[in-house]
Amino acid sequence: MYWIALKMLVGDRAKFLGIVTGLTFAALLIIQQGSIFCGLMLRTAAQITDITGADLWVMDPNVAFIDDVKPMLESNLYRVRGVEGVEWAVPLYKGMARAKLTTYRFRSGPRSNVFTSVLDWFSGQAEPARPPAGSTPSVERVDIIEQVILLGLDDSSMVGAPPPARILVGSLADLRKPDSIIVDRVGLRKLYPGQGWESASIEKLKAEFFRETRELEMNDRRAIIVGICEATRTFQSNPVVYTTYSRAKQYVPRERKILSFVLAKAEADQSAIEVAERIQGATGLGAKTSEQFMWMTIKYFLLYTGIPINFLTTVLLGFIVGTAIAGQTFYNFTIENIKQFGALKAMGATNLSIISMVLLQAAVVGVLGYGIGTGLGALFGWSSRNGELAFFTPWLLPVTGVAIILICVLASLISIQRVVRLEPAIVFRG
Amino acid sequence: MPEIPEAPPRHSAFAPRSDGSKVAVRIRGLCKYFGVGDQRVVALKEVDLDIFTAEMTLIVGPSGCGKTTLLSVVAGILNPDAGVVEIFGSEVSSMRDRQKTRFRARNIGFVFQQYNLLPALTAAENAAIPLVIAGWRKNPAVGRAKEILASLGMGKKVDSLPSQLSGGQQQRVAIARALSHDPKLLVCDEPTAALDHETGLTVMELLRDVAVKPDRAVAVVTHDNRVFHFGDRIAHMDDGKVIEIEDKQHDSGQDEYGAR
Ligand SMILES: Nc1ncnc2c1ncn2[C@@H]1O[C@H](COP(=O)(O)OP(=O)(O)O)[C@@H](O)[C@H]1O
Ligand SMILES: [Mg+2]
Repeated sequence: MYWIALKMLVGDRAKFLGIVTGLTFAALLIIQQGSIFCGLMLRTAAQITDITGADLWVMDPNVAFIDDVKPMLESNLYRVRGVEGVEWAVPLYKGMARAKLTTYRFRSGPRSNVFTSVLDWFSGQAEPARPPAGSTPSVERVDIIEQVILLGLDDSSMVGAPPPARILVGSLADLRKPDSIIVDRVGLRKLYPGQGWESASIEKLKAEFFRETRELEMNDRRAIIVGICEATRTFQSNPVVYTTYSRAKQYVPRERKILSFVLAKAEADQSAIEVAERIQGATGLGAKTSEQFMWMTIKYFLLYTGIPINFLTTVLLGFIVGTAIAGQTFYNFTIENIKQFGALKAMGATNLSIISMVLLQAAVVGVLGYGIGTGLGALFGWSSRNGELAFFTPWLLPVTGVAIILICVLASLISIQRVVRLEPAIVFRG
Repeated sequence: MPEIPEAPPRHSAFAPRSDGSKVAVRIRGLCKYFGVGDQRVVALKEVDLDIFTAEMTLIVGPSGCGKTTLLSVVAGILNPDAGVVEIFGSEVSSMRDRQKTRFRARNIGFVFQQYNLLPALTAAENAAIPLVIAGWRKNPAVGRAKEILASLGMGKKVDSLPSQLSGGQQQRVAIARALSHDPKLLVCDEPTAALDHETGLTVMELLRDVAVKPDRAVAVVTHDNRVFHFGDRIAHMDDGKVIEIEDKQHDSGQDEYGAR
């Protein structure tokens, strides 16, 4: 009977492709939405988990999550160093700075895409006139002012720096040069808008971007870009600027309290949790292990921002829509073939053999849809690897597989009960 | 309470008639209703009928008189509300669904008005379905189906899809399918209704010449009076009842096989 089931399935090419497309779409939707959700959740925590070496974070006791910087007096660094069980402790500056620079831009009007055009249309704002097609684009000089995320790393140890593999051009050692900073690749999009550096190859960056001295200004002080790194993406889309702690202090207006975090390491024979408690007791500061701080941050995002919840809704919606589409297509297929199943039943095919036929058909389209869908999902993730999109998949693959199988089984169960209850007498009706 | 002796059967169930043909299907007091309350339709009202082997029995009558319903109950794909259907001594009407399914697979061949061929399967594959249901593997089943198709003059079309065949050819494939597992009872519902007259006649000839065998009964429902002459026995139905039985080969004195 199985060969009959398979022939029935592929016999009508259009229908067969329709079902597989439906399931592919469902798998793609689940993979895509799920990956973005995972990617986003990972992003929130990545600022913490990316800092290797240190296993303790010390901060103002009222800090709730990683972007919640409440500066402390620098003397706190020495108090942390004095706590028993702390092998070392270094300062970390994390804050916003205002970067200014002058660059050039092709005068081609502001950037827009489909969405912004629709937005313009709804808001009744006419899109600014573009230069007539064919006219040579003229280059204008523009002054850029951008809020950047400034990270100041301990001058000697550089704890908190991106790992070497993520430094695309230059090296950490370059930060020892005067006025040097390292900026993140995606941030180039805002600092040098419209020039495409954010998606340029490393070779091109090395050869062309650094052909001239890339200078910017923060708090009226010069900063020279000496390297480009891949920063941990966060919810904020600001460029990320790495420099040394002492220089970071000069890039922001002078304040009494300036120390954002103290990164510390527990001695080898000490448990990080105990040392954290000891720091808390001894200094009155907040002290967390990296892991505690990561969960604290994720929890904060879950509790106080709509982002994860909204995304979770979208993921669920994707799942439901995907399920509905796939289920519906497969159900329709079975129902369209109900007369054929009826004829088989009349001719003495048992319910069991008909159920196995339907299940086999479901399994085949399920596997195909899952395969193509995850393939496309992976392609999507791969193609957006350099972009703003958070995309993280691993554990979603089996989840999607299970989901798609569930969809197929569910859809086939519904259609199977139609087939099982089917009166074979329908075969005699016109 | 004194036991009431059972009335002797009017006709010994499986005693052969003078020409050796036997009762294949015995229908007694068969009733079938559709719907409930005001909507209730009485499709069969106490139908009595015998169908014999070695001949073609036509069930005829106006549209809506219950022919298809009768055939469905006889073939065991519709449960009656009252009455008995015995096929070669097995009481089909009281079988459980699984038993009935197995009984159909083994003993009954179907020919439908709309052919009901699977569009994705070739002629030979379609004709092989009953063998596959009986547990044959694909290749021997299709091989056997090709032989049968060839014997029905369809040898050149074994690999064609139903959509590549004319109506008459499709009905031949359907007949090949109905006969491939050598059933004891062949039921055909309006096999010529979708065909033009000429083609209908050849299909009826085919049924008469190939399907009718000494140990097989053939029941054909039709309302096409131009094919009535193919019937050895003709059961006329109206309004859910068998009102008259014409028996061409057996004298009218034996008209007690069924109609009341
Ligand atoms: N599934 C059904 N539900 C309700 N009524 C039915 C059903 N099948 C048949 N009938 C009714 O039973 C009667 C007999 O139908 P049918 O056996 O198809 O007649 P025929 O085949 O002689 O044209 C008709 O009145 C028809 O409307
Ligand atoms: Mg009918």
